[in-house]
Amino acid sequence: MADQSSAPKPSSSVKLVLLGEAAVGKSSLVLRFVNNDFQENKEPTIGAAFLTQKISLPSRIIKFEIWDTAGQERFASLAPMYYRNAQAALVVYDLTKPTSLIKARHWVAELQRQASPGIVIALVGNKLDLCAESSGDNDSAADSPADAEEGGAEPGEAEPTDNGDARKISTREAKSYAEEEGLLFFETSAKTGTNVADVFSAIANAIPETSLKGSRGAAGGGTQAALSGAANRADEARVNLADRAKQKSDNCAC
Amino acid sequence: MDGNNAKASPSTPPWSEEAERPPLPPRPSELNLMQLTTSTSNASRPPTRAGLVSGATTAVSMADVNSYNRPDGSKELRVTPSRVSSSPSIRAATSNKTSEIGEDNSSIRSYAPFGRYIQDTESIFDGEVQEDQGLSSSFSDGMFEDGPDSFDDEEDVDFDKEFDDPDDKIVGEEMAHNVWKSKRKHFIILSAAGKPIYTRHGSDAVISAYVGIIQTIISSYLDWDDQLRSFRAGGVLFAVLSQSNLFLVGITSLPESEAQLRVQLEALYMQILSTLTLPTLTHLFSVRPSTDLRRPLEGTEVLLSSLADTFTRGSPSTLLSALECLKIRKSHRNVINTTMIRARVDDLLYGLIVAGGRLVSVIRPKKHSLHPGDLQLIFNMIFEAEGIKAGGGDSWVPICLPGFNNTGYLYMYVSFLDMRGDQAREMAENERIAKEDSVAIILLSANKEGFEDLHSMKNYLVHEFRRNQSLRIIHAAVQAGRPAPTDIIAGTVLRHFLYKSKGNVQFFMPSYSPNFETLKQRRRLMSLYHHLHASVHAKHAAVKVHHSVGTSATALAWVTPMFELYCVASPSTSRNALAQSVNKVLQWVQREEERIFIIGGAVF
Ligand SMILES: Nc1nc2c(ncn2[C@@H]2O[C@H](COP(=O)(O)OP(=O)(O)OP(=O)(O)O)[C@@H](O)[C@H]2O)c(=O)[nH]1
Ligand SMILES: [Mg+2]
Repeated sequence: MADQSSAPKPSSSVKLVLLGEAAVGKSSLVLRFVNNDFQENKEPTIGAAFLTQKISLPSRIIKFEIWDTAGQERFASLAPMYYRNAQAALVVYDLTKPTSLIKARHWVAELQRQASPGIVIALVGNKLDLCAESSGDNDSAADSPADAEEGGAEPGEAEPTDNGDARKISTREAKSYAEEEGLLFFETSAKTGTNVADVFSAIANAIPETSLKGSRGAAGGGTQAALSGAANRADEARVNLADRAKQKSDNCAC
Repeated sequence: MDGNNAKASPSTPPWSEEAERPPLPPRPSELNLMQLTTSTSNASRPPTRAGLVSGATTAVSMADVNSYNRPDGSKELRVTPSRVSSSPSIRAATSNKTSEIGEDNSSIRSYAPFGRYIQDTESIFDGEVQEDQGLSSSFSDGMFEDGPDSFDDEEDVDFDKEFDDPDDKIVGEEMAHNVWKSKRKHFIILSAAGKPIYTRHGSDAVISAYVGIIQTIISSYLDWDDQLRSFRAGGVLFAVLSQSNLFLVGITSLPESEAQLRVQLEALYMQILSTLTLPTLTHLFSVRPSTDLRRPLEGTEVLLSSLADTFTRGSPSTLLSALECLKIRKSHRNVINTTMIRARVDDLLYGLIVAGGRLVSVIRPKKHSLHPGDLQLIFNMIFEAEGIKAGGGDSWVPICLPGFNNTGYLYMYVSFLDMRGDQAREMAENERIAKEDSVAIILLSANKEGFEDLHSMKNYLVHEFRRNQSLRIIHAAVQAGRPAPTDIIAGTVLRHFLYKSKGNVQFFMPSYSPNFETLKQRRRLMSLYHHLHASVHAKHAAVKVHHSVGTSATALAWVTPMFELYCVASPSTSRNALAQSVNKVLQWVQREEERIFIIGGAVF
C-alpha cells in the first residue's frame, strides 16, 4: 500500500477539503478520483469521510488526505475543523442548480476569511454530463476529453430536459467569478469522469513547493495520516473522560 | 442491586443499566382504553397498575387478550407461585421498565447463576409443571387465536413489493393511492401542529389527507386531556407515540402487538433525537410550534427508512431488545479485548468491533454502560443505511446517543475492514460490501477533535489484529455464518429458535437457512415470534410457557428470569420431541455461553 521504497521521488501529503451544498456531487467526485467509480443514487454523507489517494507529478508524489464533508446545513458548523489546516479546498456546485453557486460563493468567502492564507481553492461545477455539449463559451478546462477509461458510462440519461440541457449556470458566469477571486476553475462530471483527475492534478501543481512538507516516514502506522492539527492538540491540556462527558453537550452539529 | 453490579463489573454486560441512565423525556401517564379492557377482562390479577404503567411493552391489544382467554376451550393451566416473595424485583422490573428500548437490562444480576437455574427447570416438560424460584408458570397449548390462518394469509401478499415506492408522476395519482393502501405497514411522523415530517411510503400528495385525519383524531383526544395510544380497525392496528411535539404513528396489518409496535416508534424517536438532541428539538418547537422539522432532519430520511424497513421485515434484535454477538472462542475474544484495551487512547469513550451487525468486542469505561437502543441506532446507520458504508474511507460522525445522553453529541469514528482474501487488508476505499460480511471498527469519543487519535488507534488495532491472527479469526467466523439448527443439535426438530440471555441483554439465533431463506418465509417466522412474544409478555404475565400448534408450525415460548426462548418446529412435531429439543438447546447454550455471548466485555 504505502510502498514508498519503489518510488525515488519525494512524497508529500496535502490536506484537501471538499465543501459545497448537499447533493452537488462532492462524494461522487471523490469516489471517481479515488476508486474510479460512480453510484447513481448516492446517499448523503453523514458528518465527514476521510480518504486518501496519491498522484504522481513529474517531480514528486502527492498524497491527498481528503476530507469529504457533508453538505447538509446541520453539519455546517463542523466545517472549520476540516478546513482549518487544509492546504487545498474543492468548492463544488451543481451546474444545474443556481442556489448551489450561491452556497459555493459563501464557502469561498469563508475560506478566504478563516482558512490558512496560502490555501489553494478550486471552484468546481459538477454534473457536466447533464449539460448540452457546448454551452457557447466553454473553453479550456471544460473541453478536455473524458478520461479514456470512461467509455462505458452512459451519456447523461439522468435529468430529462427537452433539449437534454439542464445547465442553469453558464461557464462564463462562474469562470469570471473564479478569476476575480483567484480560484482554479473546472467543470466536471463525476458520472462520466470528465475533468475529475484534472482538478486534482491542477491542485497538486498549484500547491507552492514551500508549503509542501517533506516526505513522511511510513514508520509507526499511527502517523500515516497525521493532520497538521495533531501536534497542536497534543500540547493542549488533556481533560479526562469524566470532564469530557460533562462538556459534550455542546451542540456543534446543528 | 447497583452495588452488586459495581462489584461484579467484569461480568456486567457493557450495555447494562449500571450507570444512571439519563432519563428519556417523561411520558405523560395515560389511560388507555386497551389497557382497561385488558385488566377488566382478566379478573385474576388486580387491575391496579393498568392505568399507571405507561407504555410498557407488556401492554396488550384486544387480540392478545383473546388469545389468552381462548374461547375455543383449549385448556389452560395456571400455577400460582408458592414463593412469590423471592422475585418481587423481577416482577417490578418486567412490568414497569419494559417500555424502554433497554428493557430488562437491570435488576437481573442477583439471580441464581444461569447453570443452576437450568438444572432446576430443565425437566419442565417431562411431567408436571414445576414451580421454580417464585416463577409463576403456566402451560397452555392450543391454537393461536388467528394463528394458522393469518400466517397462511401472508402467503398471498407479495411482500417483496412492500419496500418499493413508485413515483407518483409515473404511475398516476390513483395508482399511487392504491399502492400506498397496499402496504402492510406505515410509519408517519408529524408535528403536533400537523406538519408532516416523515413518511415511509407515499408522496406528500398521497399522505396529506391522512396526516390531516390523524392529526385531527389525536388532537381531539388531547382536547379532552387524554392521549390516544392505539386503536384497531379492520385488522389494522394504529399506535401513536407522542413525544416532544411529535406524533409518531405506526399503522400495521402485520401480526404484532401494540407494545411491539410502540417499541419501534420509540426507536424512530430515538433516531430523531440522535440527529438533533432533545434540547434542540425542544428549542425548535418552543421558538416556533409550526417549525418544519424536515429541514433540520434533511438527509436522515434514509436512516428512518432503513429502521422502518428493518421493523417491517421483522427484527429479532428489536423484538427482544437485545444484541447479537459473533460466535467465537472465548480465548479469541479475550485477545481482541486485550488488544483493544491496549490500543486505547485517552479520548476513547467506547470501542466496538462489529461484524455485520453482530458484536465481536466492546470496551468501555467502568462508569459508563452502553444501551441496546443506542447500539441499534449505530448499527442501523453503519450497516443498514449506505451513507457511511458506501462512502469509503473512514467516517467521523457527530451522533447523539439518547440512551447515553440525549442532550449532546458524541463523535463516532468508523472504519470498515475488508475481510476478503487470505490476508485481510484495510478496506480499499469505496468497495461495496455486503452487510453480513462487513466488519467495522467503531470508536466513540466525546471530543469533537478526536479524529486523529482514534484514527491512529485504528491503525494500531489493524496492525495488531493482523499480527495476532484476530482478523483471520473474525473473518472465518463471519464466513462460517450462523450455525444451522441441525449443526447445533443433530437431527433436531427445531427449524429456528431465538434465545435471549436477559442478564447479558443479548440473544442468539441459528441461521435462517435452510427453512427461512426468502423474505416472505422470514417474515412469517418473525410474525410467529411476535405472536409468541406477545403471548408471554401480555400484561397478566402469568403465562411463562406458551405452546402453540398451528397448521404451519408448532411453536413454543418459555420465559424465565434468566432467559427467553422461542422455538419453531414443523406442525407435526410432538410435544415430547419439542420439549427434548428445547432442553438440548438450553444445554448447548449453557455450554457455549461464553462463545455466543460477550460476558462482561472489557472495562477500563
Ligand atoms: N448526472 C450526474 N449526477 C451526479 C454527478 N455527481 C453526483 N451525481 C449524483 O448526485 C447525487 C448526489 O451526489 P453526492 O456525491 O452524494 O453529493 P454530495 O455533494 O456528496 O452530497 P452530501 O454528501 O449530502 O453533501 C447522487 O445521486 C449522485 O449520483 C454527476 O457528475 N452527474
Ligand atoms: Mg457526500
